[in-house]
Amino acid sequence: MSKKLRLSSLIVGDAQADRVVPPTGFTARLTLFAAGAMAFLTVFALALSLASGRLAARWGAELAQSSTLRISAPAEQVGAQTAAALAVLESTPGVASARALSAEEQRGLLAPWFGPDLPIDSLPIPQLVEIVETEEGYDVAGLRLRLQAEVPGAVLDDHTRWRRPLERAAARLRLLGLVSIGLIGAAIAAMITLAANAALAANSQVISVLRLIGAQDHYIASAFVRRFTLRALSGAFVGTAIGALAIFLMPSAQEDGGFLTGLGFEGAGWFSLLLIPIVAAVVAYFATGSAARRTLSELT
Amino acid sequence: MIELDNIAYSYGGGELLSDVSLKLAPGSFHFLTGPSGSGKTTFLKLCYGALTPTSGQVQLFGKDVRNMTRDDHAMTRRQIGVVHQDCQFLDHLPVRENVALPLTVSGRETLEQHSNLKELLSWVGLGHRANALPPELSGGERQRAALARAVIMSPDVVLADEPTGNVDWEMSQRLLQLLVELNKMGKTILIATHDLNLIRSAKHHVQARVLRISGRKLQLAGADL
Repeated sequence: MSKKLRLSSLIVGDAQADRVVPPTGFTARLTLFAAGAMAFLTVFALALSLASGRLAARWGAELAQSSTLRISAPAEQVGAQTAAALAVLESTPGVASARALSAEEQRGLLAPWFGPDLPIDSLPIPQLVEIVETEEGYDVAGLRLRLQAEVPGAVLDDHTRWRRPLERAAARLRLLGLVSIGLIGAAIAAMITLAANAALAANSQVISVLRLIGAQDHYIASAFVRRFTLRALSGAFVGTAIGALAIFLMPSAQEDGGFLTGLGFEGAGWFSLLLIPIVAAVVAYFATGSAARRTLSELT
Repeated sequence: MIELDNIAYSYGGGELLSDVSLKLAPGSFHFLTGPSGSGKTTFLKLCYGALTPTSGQVQLFGKDVRNMTRDDHAMTRRQIGVVHQDCQFLDHLPVRENVALPLTVSGRETLEQHSNLKELLSWVGLGHRANALPPELSGGERQRAALARAVIMSPDVVLADEPTGNVDWEMSQRLLQLLVELNKMGKTILIATHDLNLIRSAKHHVQARVLRISGRKLQLAGADL
């Protein structure tokens, strides 16, 4: 029998093959519960990795879209250098706009550190130029070289220094989430294997009767495989539904709220939840199949 | 169909059977006797491939048992109906479904066979017990159900280990008659029994040969039965 045919008969269901193995209420409930609990945990691990992925993308995008030019020059040269820098920036591909900050804006930026009464005009404060990039961005190294030649007092800060560690932290968080999902999947596989082994051992008489009357291994195995696959599927479905509900009912994220309130799903992310029961069923299918084949090959 | 060529079988310490050769020809009818513990059951197990001989060759339908895969064995058991001494069933399914189980697992369950099933059950006197669960059956009823299950696939060979051990004389005659009928349809029959009366009564209906295990050897018994 081809694999495809076997898979379809698994889904459509061979009620008779299912009946040859006596029903077991207790292990059935344990398997359901464990699959459900694992699926519930998976929902949170998935939410964590999706949220941290979003966070990394957002931080990266926000900081990457703007950079700052700092012009430190003797007071009488600041105006000329600023004008020269703006001219360079305007002719740089990838720069959407460049704007010198006014004295008030600069005072506003410094106020938290020096207080509002700072006589800013009398201090040699560097002139700041805000650069907004286009989607494509500009060539940082090229711009540095041109500025060096034309505006000796300019220092370009493209925020990479700040962005990198944040992105790294978010990426690490996402990795942790994915590793957790992997571990949960492996734990489901281990648990289903144990449950399947127990069921196979408990039904050794059934198996020997079936062997005696000419049942092939795949027929016997399918009775167990179908059962555990359906249990994992339904258990994981319920666990996922409860987990999704819990996430859905979490207090909604504020606009600039912290990381924790950002935990959740957005748009297509909700559909990724549907994968949880399916993956659980696939894991159960293969775990039970290999457990059954192993057990059966040890029998005469 | 079943050929044993100079086989020996030993359990851990001692040798149970040695130098045994036998060819079960299609349509033959054999009895197998011998004192208990002489190896009748072991011999039957060698005949349907549940045991592999320690030495010598067993061929089932032209295939060497040593080269048969697990699926080959499963297919062979559809051609060889076996009645065990300790008949085992699926205890959660009624007798009717247990008897039909070989059809179920081979995917040959049809409506036509459904009426055969009814007929077969009433033949072995279990018509009224069709919906009982195996643990509710008496020893004799279990043996009759096992016989029904062994023949439902209409196998080429029927091997029976003390099929009349727990049934009364009348029922044993009826079971024998069923096996004789099957033999007349061309099936090969091998019955292990220590019931000499059964063998004697069979001789009126069928040309049966009697094999005896004694002293680890298989011998063709004389006509003195």
